[in-house]
Amino acid sequence: MFLIDCPYCKESRDQNEFSPAGEAFIARPQNPEDLSDAEWADYVFYRSNHKGDQWEQWVHTNGCRKYFLVKRSTISHEIIKVAAFGEVTSDSEL
Amino acid sequence: MQKKYSWYSLLKAGFSDQDWDQAIPLVEPKSKYDVIIIGGGGHGLATAYYLAKECGITNVAVVEKGYIGGGNTGRNTTIIRSNYLRDEASSLYEHSMKLWEGLSEDLNFNVMFSQRGVYNLGHTLQDMRDIERRVNANVLNGVDAVVVDAKEIKEQIPIINTSKNVRYPIMGSSFQARGGVARHDGVAWGFARAASILGVDIIQNCEVIDIEVEEGRVKGVKTTKGDIIADRVGCVSAGHSSVIAKMAGLKVPVESHPLQAFVSEAMKPILHTVVMSNAVHGYVSQSDKGDLVIGAGIDGYNSYAQRGSAKIVEHCAAAILELFPIFSRVRMNRQWGGIVDVCPDACPIISPTKVEGLYFNCGWGTGGFKATPGSGNVFAHTIAQDKQHELAEPFHIDRFTSGALIDEHGAAGVAH
Repeated sequence: MFLIDCPYCKESRDQNEFSPAGEAFIARPQNPEDLSDAEWADYVFYRSNHKGDQWEQWVHTNGCRKYFLVKRSTISHEIIKVAAFGEVTSDSEL
Repeated sequence: MQKKYSWYSLLKAGFSDQDWDQAIPLVEPKSKYDVIIIGGGGHGLATAYYLAKECGITNVAVVEKGYIGGGNTGRNTTIIRSNYLRDEASSLYEHSMKLWEGLSEDLNFNVMFSQRGVYNLGHTLQDMRDIERRVNANVLNGVDAVVVDAKEIKEQIPIINTSKNVRYPIMGSSFQARGGVARHDGVAWGFARAASILGVDIIQNCEVIDIEVEEGRVKGVKTTKGDIIADRVGCVSAGHSSVIAKMAGLKVPVESHPLQAFVSEAMKPILHTVVMSNAVHGYVSQSDKGDLVIGAGIDGYNSYAQRGSAKIVEHCAAAILELFPIFSRVRMNRQWGGIVDVCPDACPIISPTKVEGLYFNCGWGTGGFKATPGSGNVFAHTIAQDKQHELAEPFHIDRFTSGALIDEHGAAGVAH
């Protein structure tokens, strides 16, 4: 159990108010018709499931209901950074 | 080490000042084996046992980073059933159920398998339609199952709340009489002991830190107790499957989540069977020791931390209390989490990989315990013959590329 700083509400709130929404920076392919089955599988089913710090999407379900980005440790649950979409990209932060 | 437990060995030790032999020998790794199994949980130990017993491969090492029975094998809620909807899943779990039915005798170790029956409750008309469909599918697949109504549930389990004046009234349930529970860490000890008698080395406190791959072929593993060479390596590391896969340059389509459970203080016998509910999400049985064993759901976020959110515990406790108001003043004794590797279709992966000689058995998610003997059995044959066991074929990792998923997630018993 942990607290999350919502970048929109500007408040540190209980994790119970939020819902996880998966790994961040998974972009929908720009050229879907050119993708092989393996590339589709990678996009749809394969996640990095990283042990350590990773960027995730969370939504403030019982608050502002906005999605944002959280960099969190999957070992200790410590939250390292919180950002709105667009503030960080996969290139700048991974 | 004593080879066989018997009435005579019990008597002898009883009269000789409790002079018990060590159940499982503590060994250090040799430099080379025919097969290495990464992960000494129930599934890994069962794999080693069936490799030695049915495939004639006894030069096997099971490498475990902690101690036997200390991971998910000792953390689950011990429920065993085989009433899955899909043909592929029900064949695999029924294979396992048949092995459970003779397991204590086979292993010469009492795993306390108790076929006390499993109820899967329905709370809405749609639940009941799904239950009837699943029971019909089970019967067609030769799995015992019946639909029971609320009146009969109340007759069998007098303490259950079948009132209509609750948010999710009980409308009926499926019942599998052959389902039940077993002593979970006893299963690990039993397999470990039986495998080591057949010549398998069980190496505890030995963590795999890398997998050696040369020209697309596995060569061995690096561990905290030195390098070990082997032509074939089977990975059975549950929540850490992604971490192990990465060592060999592979990816597996699983995500690791915490799954929680808790037990109460011991009480006199009050619940003689297993009750599960998907709709309100909780499951409960009473262990032979007397404590209520209660299981919750997973947290939605990824974690390797072996602990989950209080929200999940609260949600589960609320569900159990609505089903059994009499438990409202039972005190809880312990609560814990385990890390489960969940596949997108909630079905396991039992498969060779792109690396020759490297096999994966993972993705059992929240319900692996019931499959322990069956999983080990089909995985042992898969490794020994370098070809998937017939029952394991649908569980190839390529199904995520071909699209031939086994849609058990949306179909049946999601709560395990």
